[in-house]
Amino acid sequence: MGPVTGGMSILPTDDNTPSPAATAGEEAWVSRGPWRRVLEGLLASPTAVLSGLLLLVIVLATLLAPVYAARVAGSDPFRSGLSAKIEIDGERVPVMQQSTEGLGLGVTPIGPTWGPQYFLGADTQGRDVAARMLYGGRNSLLIAGASTLLCLALAAVVGIVAGYVGGRVDSVLSNLIDMIWAFPVYLLAISLSIVMIGKSYSFGPFEIASDSLIVPILIIGIVYVPYVARPVRGRVLALNQSEFIMAARGLGIRRARILLRHILPNVATTLIVFAPMLMALNIVTESSLSFLSVGVQPPNASWGTILQDGQALLYSRPVVSMAPGLAIMVTVLLLNLFGDVLRDVLDPKSARGR
Amino acid sequence: MLAIVLGRILRMVVVMFGISVVTFAIFFATPASDPAARIAGRNAAPETVEAVRKDFGLDRPLPVQYALMMKRLFITRDLTSFANRGQKIIPAIANAAPATLSLVTGAAILWMLGGIAAGIIAAATKGRWPDKILMGLSMAAVAMPVFWVGEMVNLVTQSRFHDTWAFSWVPPLGYAALSQDPWLWFKSLVFPWLTLALLNIGLYGRVLRTGIVETYQEDFIRTARAKGLPARKVLLKHATRSAIIPIVIMFGMDFGVLVGGAAVLTEVVFGINGVGRLTYQALKVLDLPMIMATVLYASFFVVIANAVVDMLCLAIDPRMRRA
Repeated sequence: MGPVTGGMSILPTDDNTPSPAATAGEEAWVSRGPWRRVLEGLLASPTAVLSGLLLLVIVLATLLAPVYAARVAGSDPFRSGLSAKIEIDGERVPVMQQSTEGLGLGVTPIGPTWGPQYFLGADTQGRDVAARMLYGGRNSLLIAGASTLLCLALAAVVGIVAGYVGGRVDSVLSNLIDMIWAFPVYLLAISLSIVMIGKSYSFGPFEIASDSLIVPILIIGIVYVPYVARPVRGRVLALNQSEFIMAARGLGIRRARILLRHILPNVATTLIVFAPMLMALNIVTESSLSFLSVGVQPPNASWGTILQDGQALLYSRPVVSMAPGLAIMVTVLLLNLFGDVLRDVLDPKSARGR
Repeated sequence: MLAIVLGRILRMVVVMFGISVVTFAIFFATPASDPAARIAGRNAAPETVEAVRKDFGLDRPLPVQYALMMKRLFITRDLTSFANRGQKIIPAIANAAPATLSLVTGAAILWMLGGIAAGIIAAATKGRWPDKILMGLSMAAVAMPVFWVGEMVNLVTQSRFHDTWAFSWVPPLGYAALSQDPWLWFKSLVFPWLTLALLNIGLYGRVLRTGIVETYQEDFIRTARAKGLPARKVLLKHATRSAIIPIVIMFGMDFGVLVGGAAVLTEVVFGINGVGRLTYQALKVLDLPMIMATVLYASFFVVIANAVVDMLCLAIDPRMRRA
């Protein structure tokens, strides 16, 4: 299949697709067509529909976190409840229980009650893990989503500028990409977070608090830019050589217009294919950074910080570690399943091999 | 050929220089933050901060600071940590390196064997149940955070089932030097190896499978089949050989990154005193010189690994020699 031929069309087109639009109305039809086909392709795949729906359920559940905390769990998941007591089978039980192992010194948080209160037990500070899971999921998804968008935007700018402007600009940007690429992601993130976390910044009227979620979003959004910027640059370079861009140039269309109307829509598919994969990657990255205590800062919760809380309780209360890990695994799995279908729909060439 | 290799080495040196500048800038030249205060720690007395500033040469202009830092890191090698007084940074990294190398090398062997086997089997049985099971497993493996897998492994082998015949041989967490007790070294690393390899087995298997399946569409495979080569030979000698290049490239990257310290999560969970854990401990006390050194060490490894991979590709694929 040769280079894309339609004026605004995003996808390799069928033989009976109208040739480059002659009238404005026809062009609008062509521009709407491919996206509708993507949607139809997604709806035709049970995997995509199911994983999409389940992801929606996860998002909705985390959005309902305050309702769960207030109505079901009945405790504030951000305040320590070391002296709290709850009622189980008519008995009042302390949340922090006397240790039965070893010398019997110290306390162990209550295990899973599988009831409304402390469904998954408590963490070392006597907070409801189930409620924190929902709040934490919200932050994990928010950070992963926002950093994905940031990363795609930065990568698009860097990749397109490098590929389209070319020359010295390209060599500077490409070398910069290579350099950032050479930093192991976690070590780069650790370095950035040391400098950024624990301080507040003010950019004119904007103030970023030291424990703001914006810090991990920025860090995670930056570290993966090379992974996307490289293929984007490659795509732009390939497009530059393609017949329809040459034709547009030959017609004397301005560079800015070619960029906007022809390059950008074609790069968009590359970016969209990356989105679910990147989001999945970012969820794992967020949890890893928070686990190393350079991601989300307390008292905020995320799946990563709950994993960190659970580390000390691994052998006595393993549920505190198991729950967020499973949540991450399921979410990432769903995103990857969805992403696979999305890629096949957007790029039929890749589906050929499957 | 020689010119290409020399050019590649020159580019490597340039990238290394750039990386050292970027790293230095991140740690010591970020606006609105005083590196001397951060090295001295929270609530340090003003005199301490001043002493640190003098000691690390942070009162000089930035280029001089950079030159001083690099000189103390690479030439005199006497850059010391401030958090752990007197601890020299270069020897500390050199001491930690064997543990990381043991962990990553063992895991690398596992993931290459496992990944290639999984990829070939899945491609050979495309669409049938071995393929479906393998690809399902690989998807699950890729979805799990590595430190969580490590925790779950510890939960099983160190706690819940440690007293059963299956796991009673597992030594307590930690690293035993190969030179002192090879058998203990092996036993203590079995589960860290498996944990670290798991994700990459899934990833490599998937990439190789896709590569082989795509290669099967090419003309030379049709020719090989048409001339009557046995299917096994077509799969192993023709398709796999040409699909293995991306795997080699990935391997070089991943190996370099992990040896450099990206195995930090595995090392922390299994208590292995490698370069990653060194970084992690430095992170806890905000030991800036130490972190800068480990980050530099790690990225140099990646750059070198990339250069080696490029040259390997030149050797494997003559087409690349023209570029």
